[in-house]
Amino acid sequence: MSDFFTFSDPNVRLVTVGTILLGMSAAIVGTFTFLRKRALVGDAIAHAILPGVCLSFIITGDKHPAYLLVGAVIAGWLSLLVMDYLSSRTKLSMDTAIGAVLSVFFGAGILLLTSIQHSGSANQAGLDQFLFGKAAAMTRQDIWVFSGVAVLLLGLVLAFFRSFKLISFDPAFAKSIGLPVRRLEFLLSTITVLAVATGIQAVGVVLMAALLITPAAAARFWTDRIQVMVLLAAAFGLLSGLFGSWISYTAPSMPTGPWIVVLLSLIAVVSVVVAPQRGIWARLRLQRGNARKIRQENILKAFYGIGEAADAPVATVTVEALRQQRPFEDRALQLGLRELVAKGLLHKHGASTYALTPTGLQESRRVVRLHRLWELYLTERMNYAADHVHNTAEAIEHVITPEVEAALLRELDHPILDPHDAVIPYQNPPKPSDS
Amino acid sequence: MNAFWIILTGSLVATSCGLLGTFLILRKMAMLGDAISHAVLPGIVIAYLLSESRDVLPMLIGAAALGVLTTFMIEFLYQKARLQIDASIGITFTWLFAMGIILISLYAGQVDLDQDCVLYGEIAYVPLDLWITESGRSLGPRPVWILGGVLLLILLLVTLGYRGLKITTFNPEYAAAVGISTVFWHYLLMSAVSVTTVVAFESVGAILVVAFLIVPPATAYLLTEKLHHMLLLTVGLGLLTAVSGYYLAVWIDGSVAGAMAVTSGVFLLLAVLFSPSTGVLTQRFRQQALPVSAEGYRDR
Repeated sequence: MSDFFTFSDPNVRLVTVGTILLGMSAAIVGTFTFLRKRALVGDAIAHAILPGVCLSFIITGDKHPAYLLVGAVIAGWLSLLVMDYLSSRTKLSMDTAIGAVLSVFFGAGILLLTSIQHSGSANQAGLDQFLFGKAAAMTRQDIWVFSGVAVLLLGLVLAFFRSFKLISFDPAFAKSIGLPVRRLEFLLSTITVLAVATGIQAVGVVLMAALLITPAAAARFWTDRIQVMVLLAAAFGLLSGLFGSWISYTAPSMPTGPWIVVLLSLIAVVSVVVAPQRGIWARLRLQRGNARKIRQENILKAFYGIGEAADAPVATVTVEALRQQRPFEDRALQLGLRELVAKGLLHKHGASTYALTPTGLQESRRVVRLHRLWELYLTERMNYAADHVHNTAEAIEHVITPEVEAALLRELDHPILDPHDAVIPYQNPPKPSDS
Repeated sequence: MNAFWIILTGSLVATSCGLLGTFLILRKMAMLGDAISHAVLPGIVIAYLLSESRDVLPMLIGAAALGVLTTFMIEFLYQKARLQIDASIGITFTWLFAMGIILISLYAGQVDLDQDCVLYGEIAYVPLDLWITESGRSLGPRPVWILGGVLLLILLLVTLGYRGLKITTFNPEYAAAVGISTVFWHYLLMSAVSVTTVVAFESVGAILVVAFLIVPPATAYLLTEKLHHMLLLTVGLGLLTAVSGYYLAVWIDGSVAGAMAVTSGVFLLLAVLFSPSTGVLTQRFRQQALPVSAEGYRDR
């Protein structure tokens, strides 16, 4: 391991630098591909490049990366045009167009490749490395061409960052403020084709889509800001390129490309699970918190309802009475009661009798107040019928913030009765002179 | 004789894939088929390793399992993680395919599969892989028998399940209302796609499977509006593709699978241009024809 990370071996240095450059530039360009929802288009471009590479070899008879790159870019562009044409001018849907272009172009590439191989041309060896990548076999010449392209891509993305951001998020708006949207889209597509054509060197045709969009997809879970997203995606591309090279350095039989992709996928899976806010774990926790809040507030309301009917707000109440007041699910009710006792909103009096504490009473009045205020708002301001407002209020009472409550009170001028003539409970009841 | 076996193999794959592909493209799930055809690779390798043979049954089980796993992972990323659908598909299949390649490299000595074969197969070797009985009689190439068996299964699925497939394809809400499970038919279709992919894998490779899944049904879709016409047309187009692709490959001296993919694309191009109802050139001719008749009308 230490041998690898000192980068003293020039060969290791070369391969690692090349892999990292390709991974990073693909990840940065791929952020826009991802945001424009064209991940699978990127996959199709990667496949479609093969016939271009083979044709330029047949024409020039040379494997110089620059020649092959020209053929690759032309073929990639052609495939884009065909996909756009099929999906906009015929009744085929976009995914059918992508699949058709992908398989037919790639088939043509395989046909040409095998034909070249069978022709016995001595120079052809290594052309098939486009299929699976050849990160470990990159030459000095390759690295020069690819780093040139990578620098060009980065420069273009930096120079046109704002415009690319606009056409990725809102092309209609970009057009309305006078941006040359078509020319920018052409530029962005060209950059994508270039990134794909070079990235294939690292991971090969099939896995290219991963190099393009997996870093961006992973980055998306951590941030809403595109600048941060681009930087994160680049960092993921860098990390996976570095460790992919390391793995195939320590175990030479291991292919670099697939390991880069597996590492990227692992980063993506970790992001999907643990990222704050957008991650599954964070969302589950939020959902559970909401469910707990709703459960507790509904129980408090049932206490209030019983107290209101008996005119004895803090009397002890049996579990049975709560069930009659509202059809609680058994487990949820037991759980909610325990939680409310722990929070000090309820007293437990006997085996199955409870009473509201003073804070519990206040809290129950707050929930009921929100419910009744909302019902009144719907009937008074939205012209709902009084018998249609209960269900909406049941949902909204749990999410109304103190600010909204204050606004409702202002709007309705501190009302006393709800549409069903029930009294709206206040913390400090308004004096009769107010109304 | 070799030509006969190769074309027969291609036709069997074309028919199986075409029948399934018709439903895939009508459900706008063409790329899901593409994803599955790549993602079954680790299943095949694991089946190889566990059974230490090229037996069909373990491979089919491995493939079907991976097909369902792929579908499940995509659904998970799309619905639970709320990732957009194209990225969910892209991440899932590249990940699984990469794992497959790594497994192949890891067990290179024990797994009789190489990377190229995975992508474009070796249909030219099909006639050599003969099925010889105990008494020494040759029954023809083994892959042909296996592919024939799978085609029979798919014919059974499409004929017996025609109603379920059709309703869940065109009107999932109605299907749900009358108690037909869309989830069941979805996973059944995906398992069928993975099984077909695997069986076709060693003879024609992933790329021709994708071509036959998507291109002939797309061509047929441009030519007709009726589902049963589309199925029949797809089968016919698949056979034409297999025959013409074989002779193209012989002519150019290249991969048969690649050539078949190319000819399927040629038929698609012809349909785009000349389809009687929607062809680009057909419509142009019709537009040119209109003013003439309008003038004739004015003369009267």
